[in-house]
Formats: sequence, structure tokens, C-alpha cells
Amino acid sequence: MNISVRNCNLWYGDFQALKNINMDISNREVTAFIGPSGCGKSTFLKILNRMNDLVDGCRITGSFHIGGVDIFDKSTDVNLLRKKVGMVFQKPNPFPMSIYDNIAFAPRTFGVRKKAELDRIVEDSLRRASIWDEVKDRLKKSALGMSGGQQQRLCIARALAANPDILLMDEPTSALDPISTGKIEALMSELKQELTIVIVTHNMQQATRIADKTAFFYLGELIEYDTTEKLFSCPTDRRTENYITGRFG
Amino acid sequence: MNSKRETGRGSRTLFSGLKYLCILCTVVSVAALVAVVFYILKNGIGKLSWQLLFGEYTGSAVSIFPAFIGTLRLIVIAVLIAVPVGIFSAVYLVEYMNNKGKLVKVIRIAAETLAGIPSIVYGLFGYLIFVRTFQWGYSLLGGGITLAIMILPVIIRSTEESLLAVPDGFREGSLALGAGKVRTIFRIVLPSAASGIVTAVILAVGRIISESAVLILTLGMVVNLIPSSVLSPGTSLALDIYYFASHGYPDEAAATSVVLLLMVILLNLLATGLGKLIKRRQGE
Ligand SMILES: Nc1ncnc2c1ncn2[C@@H]1O[C@H](COP(=O)(O)OP(=O)(O)O)[C@@H](O)[C@H]1O
Ligand SMILES: [Mg+2]
Repeated sequence: MNISVRNCNLWYGDFQALKNINMDISNREVTAFIGPSGCGKSTFLKILNRMNDLVDGCRITGSFHIGGVDIFDKSTDVNLLRKKVGMVFQKPNPFPMSIYDNIAFAPRTFGVRKKAELDRIVEDSLRRASIWDEVKDRLKKSALGMSGGQQQRLCIARALAANPDILLMDEPTSALDPISTGKIEALMSELKQELTIVIVTHNMQQATRIADKTAFFYLGELIEYDTTEKLFSCPTDRRTENYITGRFG
Repeated sequence: MNSKRETGRGSRTLFSGLKYLCILCTVVSVAALVAVVFYILKNGIGKLSWQLLFGEYTGSAVSIFPAFIGTLRLIVIAVLIAVPVGIFSAVYLVEYMNNKGKLVKVIRIAAETLAGIPSIVYGLFGYLIFVRTFQWGYSLLGGGITLAIMILPVIIRSTEESLLAVPDGFREGSLALGAGKVRTIFRIVLPSAASGIVTAVILAVGRIISESAVLILTLGMVVNLIPSSVLSPGTSLALDIYYFASHGYPDEAAATSVVLLLMVILLNLLATGLGKLIKRRQGE
């Protein structure tokens, strides 16, 4: 699904965290957000599944369309939006229940009751997150007993079980070791065949490895947005160049 | 800076003196506890008979069976009222008010004050409201409701603590999957907080079992009759101890104390055991 954002401004109380952002994100691509911390990457990401609705004093203006639908329209069901736009967090957050119940949570939320169908969704989601072989013998065991990298892939599987069109990932590998990080990056290349992925990353190598397009944010503004190759090889803005050459950040 | 003084003779003597004082105090506390238990067992165990526990209360032989029934009903009434009201209040404060704001502060102060009120004051309240104003007379219902009010602040406070201990990541994770607020609370937050809540409820039951001041003024201490309805007067184990001791049955009072002690110990074990079990099942 295409994402289209026009004239996006966001305030936390008096503080303006996002300034007049315009952006189109294409279907079945990986788009990376980079920029120094505090520049608004997570904030912008969380607009897309309306997680900012939960923040007191957060005010948003602009127009936001996903697949042509206005996500802030009164008729938009925010729960259905979040089903379509899945999210993976920086810190793996499996629920304190079995692996199976973690994955089955979203389908159950949306009314799937039959065991055979749940079984199928659970297996399918775990396979798509390349973690089925590691957990197929312990589906009834608590998800909290897994390693950090496995927990993060479980969270990806849990999001996939809702059958989303878009997957938002906020620094999904920043708490993980290089091997787990590699697995998740490989996973993203697979998943982009079927979904749109938007990832916030602190790691510029990661952006160059996995992203088709990259957006550079700085102090609440979108400074530059281009194909990853172009942005990293010949940036047009001074600030982008300074950032990617490591002069600040 | 003060290295000279710290290694000096005076402070060393002070430290070892302090150590012996601590040992002495520990011995005194343990001895006091052992003395209470020993004394109660010595006097009470001989009187623990089928007749005392489950027999019929007659002019010649006393029984605590009516007190078992009374205590059980009081627990049911108080728990049925205080647990849902307490849990939902805590959910409102933590999950809907985000644990901040003026109202939350006022409720918090009220709950803390209520928790500190001597139980006889709750008893007096129950007496004035249920016995006098409602004209129920002494009754299980009046006593049970008063007990519910007494344990309510405890339940609210410990449920709040348990809810606050649930990581926000669980809530965000659930909401981000499209589960609404209500489903998030019932399927994710409350189950995650369950071990703390269950422990708190069981400990509150312990307080109900041990309570006497409230019941003296609301329940009526009718020791010989099995209450026929919740509006009947009745008795409880703690009240029976008071009654037996003051009516010439000191050994029966001790025997009842043994039963009460056992129940409280069992409840405490149950509280920790169940809390741990729930945690283990969640994989923590
Ligand atoms: N809930 C919030 N309330 C107030 N300010 C916030 C909140 N979340 C983020 N901010 C502020 O908004 C700015 C952008 O934050 P964020 O989007 O988290 O940055 P990034 O993800 O790029 O590191 C920061 O200055 C941060 O302090
Ligand atoms: Mg961030």
C-alpha cells in the first residue's frame, strides 16, 4: 500500500517535533528513516499507525493517506488501521504468555476462533518470520524464555499474524547481536516481496544494506529523501552529507 | 577523612556492642513468637475435638462450627464486594487516568487515610449505618460490607502497584496489533498483573479472618446458632476466641486460636505459592 503524507506538523504541547513534512512511500519497498536521535523519526513513524493518539498533548495537522484512505478520517477505525499497519518496537515486547498465544493474539482479536485456522495462521506467521524451526516444538512454552533475537522475530511473526499491508519497525535490531540482526535483515528482504516496510535505524550500514529509499530527518524536518544509493553517494544537502560522513549524530 | 576515628577503639567497641544488641533483640522477638505459639498449642491442642470443630453447640458442649460458617460467609460477602470494586477502581486510576491528575491524588490520599483508620472506627461506622440506620440489626451482611470497606483501600493500592509494574511495552504491543483499550486491559494488562493481585486478595482474606473489632459492633457474636441467612446475626472464629475467653472457656479459646493461626499460615503460604505459580506459568 502506498503512503502519502502532506504538510505534516506535530506538536507535543508547545514543542514542535515535526515541521511541514511531505512524503510518499511506495508499495513493496523498504524505506529507511535516518537522522540523529531526537529528530522525530519515531514520532513520524508512529503517526502512520496512530500510536501518537495515546500521547497526552500531542497535536497533529496535515493530511495522511494510506492506500488512498484518510487515516485520521472520522470513519476510520483505528483498530483496523493498526491491524493493517503493524509495528515492531525497539525493545522486543512479547506478551507474558505462550509463543502460540502471542501469535494468535491478533487473529483472536479479529474474531478467528477455530483451532485449525488459528494453528494454520500461527505456523504460517512463524514461517514467514523464519523462526518456525526454532520454536515448533515449544509453542506452548512461555515466549519470555526465548533469546532477545528470537523474541524480536516472534514479535515480527506476531505482527504478521494480523496480516498487515505495512510493517513499521522502530530500530528493531538496536538491542540485538550481529547474528540476530543479520537474520532480521534477511527477513526484511523476504518480506518486502509482500509488504511495505518502513524502518527507523541508527545504523547507516543497515540502511544501505536493506533500504530501497532512505529519508534523512534533522530537527523535525525531512531534509532529504531519495533512493538509498543516491542519498549516500551524492547527497544534495549539506546537512545530509555531514550526517552520513559522521560529522555529527 | 575520619579514618582515624572510624578505626579507633571507641567505634569498634560501639560496633561490636551494636552487634550484640541486634542479636539480643532477635532472640527476644523469636522467643516472644515461640512463647505465644507454644502457649496456645499447650492449652488448645487438647481441646481440639470433633465436637469443638464440627459438633452441635449445646448447653454442655461448645462448638466453633457456627463460626466456621460465619467466617466463610463474611469472606464471600467481603471479597465479592471489595475485589471487583477495588480492581476496577485501580484500573480506572492507572489505565484511564494514567495515574496522574488531581482526582487521582485525592483518591490516593483518601485510600491511604482509610487504610490507616483503626478497625474499630470502621466497626462503629458499620454499626451506625447497618445496625441502626438500616435497622438490619446485627447481621452477616452488615459485617461483610463493613469488612469490604475496610479491605478496599488495601486492594486498590496493591492492584495499582501491580498494574504500574506491568511494562508499557505490553500495552503498546497490544494496541499496535489493533486490540482496543478494553481488550488490552482484560487480555494483557490484568493477566500480567494477576500474581500481585491474587496475592493481595488472599492477604486481604487473612485480614478478614483475623478481624474482631469490626465484627464486635456489627455481627452480634451469636456463638451458638448457625446463621440462617445473610441478614442473621452470627459469629466468626476471632469473635469466638473473645467469647470463650471471657465466658470461662480459656482452653477452648486457645483451641480456636490454633485453628485461626493455622488458617492464617495456610493463607500466607497460598498467597506466595499461587503468586509464584502464576508468574512461572507466564514464564517470568
Ligand atoms: N511523548 C512525548 N512527549 C513530549 N515530547 C516528546 C515525546 N516523544 C518524543 N518527544 C520529543 O520529540 C522529539 C522527537 O522524538 P523522537 O521521535 O522519539 O525522536 P527519534 O526517534 O528521532 O530519536 C524529541 O525531542 C523528543 O524529546
Ligand atoms: Mg526513536
